[in-house]
Amino acid sequence: MRDGDLILNCENVIVDYDGFKALNNCNFSVHYNELRVVIGPNGAGKTTLLDVICGKTNPASGKVIFEKGINLVGKNAEDITKLGVGRKFQAPSIYGNLSVWQNLDLSVKRASKGVFPTLMGRSSPAERERIDETLETIGLSDYAYDRAGSLSHGQKQWLEIGMVILQDPSLLLVDEPVAGMSDKETEQTGRLLESLSEKHAIVVIEHDMDFVRQIARIVTVLAEGTVICEGTVEKVQADDHVREIYLGRAKVAH
Amino acid sequence: MPEQVVTHQGSRETLSFYTVGVLFLIVVPLLNVLPAEDSWLHISDFRLNQFGKFLAFAILALGLDLIWGYCGVLSMGQGVFFGFGAYCMGMYLSLQIGKESVYGSELPDFMVWTQVKELPLFWYPFKSFIGGFLGAMLVPMLFATIFGFLAFRSRIKGVYFAIITQALAFAAWLVFNRNETRLGGTNGLTDFKQLLGFRLSDPSTQRGLYILTVLALAASYMLCRWIVASRAGNVLIAIRDSESRVTFSGYTPWMYKLFVFVVAAGLAGLAGMLYVPQVGIITPAQIGVLPSLEVVIWVAVGGRGTLIGAILGAVAVNYGRSVLTNYFPEAWPFILGGLFVVVVTMFPDGLMGMIRKLSERKKTPSPLIKAEGSTAA
Repeated sequence: MRDGDLILNCENVIVDYDGFKALNNCNFSVHYNELRVVIGPNGAGKTTLLDVICGKTNPASGKVIFEKGINLVGKNAEDITKLGVGRKFQAPSIYGNLSVWQNLDLSVKRASKGVFPTLMGRSSPAERERIDETLETIGLSDYAYDRAGSLSHGQKQWLEIGMVILQDPSLLLVDEPVAGMSDKETEQTGRLLESLSEKHAIVVIEHDMDFVRQIARIVTVLAEGTVICEGTVEKVQADDHVREIYLGRAKVAH
Repeated sequence: MPEQVVTHQGSRETLSFYTVGVLFLIVVPLLNVLPAEDSWLHISDFRLNQFGKFLAFAILALGLDLIWGYCGVLSMGQGVFFGFGAYCMGMYLSLQIGKESVYGSELPDFMVWTQVKELPLFWYPFKSFIGGFLGAMLVPMLFATIFGFLAFRSRIKGVYFAIITQALAFAAWLVFNRNETRLGGTNGLTDFKQLLGFRLSDPSTQRGLYILTVLALAASYMLCRWIVASRAGNVLIAIRDSESRVTFSGYTPWMYKLFVFVVAAGLAGLAGMLYVPQVGIITPAQIGVLPSLEVVIWVAVGGRGTLIGAILGAVAVNYGRSVLTNYFPEAWPFILGGLFVVVVTMFPDGLMGMIRKLSERKKTPSPLIKAEGSTAA
């Protein structure tokens, strides 16, 4: 397998917001089929890093190499999506006035997403099957024809993950998936992400250290726009520099 | 299966569509022709003509509902596209007056009194009906393509788009008001005599135009239904709900907005084209800021995001106007404004929302329907 190769390699990425460097010479890489967790204090640049990868923010300098040498910098969000990068936003971002099924149907990867092919488009049996499978995966089979806006917060988060999966991304970017979830929902989300990492490389941003311990193999710590530490949860928690940054933050204590 | 639920709803809607269609297409004209004039069943020529006008407005409202109700893009300039359609047809009708004009000239009257000696070049295509018809459809669509491309590509959204379209309506009003535009200035185009050889003063011609308007409205409704029922229709709703998610699902939202904006402009042009021969006059006062805003009110009152609502709103508000202006001519603008405020603050889903709520309340006690629904899902 290609497990040893890099699917994503960010080199010396700088994002400059009027003098404030949200990312400062950030180097960050992810392997195929890896489940990577990124942690760091508020304002460390975690979300900015995902924004740069998916084309929402343009870096001032640096490269973002995806798969076989494609530089994502300068490409627009639609094209990056088509190349195989899926983004799950922090706040659930779904289509509240469509049914769960329609939400997923719109997200399925298709040859063309132009106006006229979409106007004429009908879901093929294969696509329907994939949507049903995804409904199963995200545990929303019973809600397929409910208005997505009527789902609970946790279900909305899963729906959006399902929508991203259907785009068939090789890299999934997930921003704080368990914020606001109950313990049970958090655990289910963890299992969902672990099962997805068998087929996709996943980058998860998370604050909740219990959740990080549940899913993480390798953790990257970001602070002030750069990676300061990378390794297993134990290694990262033992690191002096990381302790210093999180000093006084209760979450490291346990 | 949920699709069954959808088609079930769809078939009910189709049924009411045919019922209402037959009513307006056949029953109303028959009531105009058959009963004696003093019979309570009789629909006067005046009323029929008025209905025709309202139904033309309903086509205009359908277009706005597509772009605003479904896609969430508020256009406050639909009157401009309506005006383009109306003026194109008006130019054809003006040239059909011929020697019957007040001054007996081949040129429209206003050209005579503004000292225009020769027909301006841009009037030439409107010598033929085909020119007038194509102009009324294509000019608004072409203009919408250019304007929409510039606006949507630059990601102008929400309130900014609304303001820009309102400015467009104001600019169009100024331009059409000028005598130098050679479109009749403030007086507009009027005094039409015939359309394709049919006398416009003849009740049977007006009846024909009414029937044509019903057919055009039915066709427009079916086009809109087809669009909103397609996957692209779902994309429109998706853009309204979460535009960034649409982008990150690989769609290009501005292209969808442009598409639906152009369709709405085409419908507005069609409405304008049907309006002119029935009302007999088109002036800049019908295409400016206020008429454009009124379309927004019709759709809001009827219930945006439902096609039937747009039609219902256009007919109800205009009917209300015709009744109320008889009794309180001065108060109408205040009634209209008040209606808008009440609807927006208290009934955001308009008349259709109220109807839906009432019918749901009626339905809830019946466990049978619920059971049917759950086995279907």
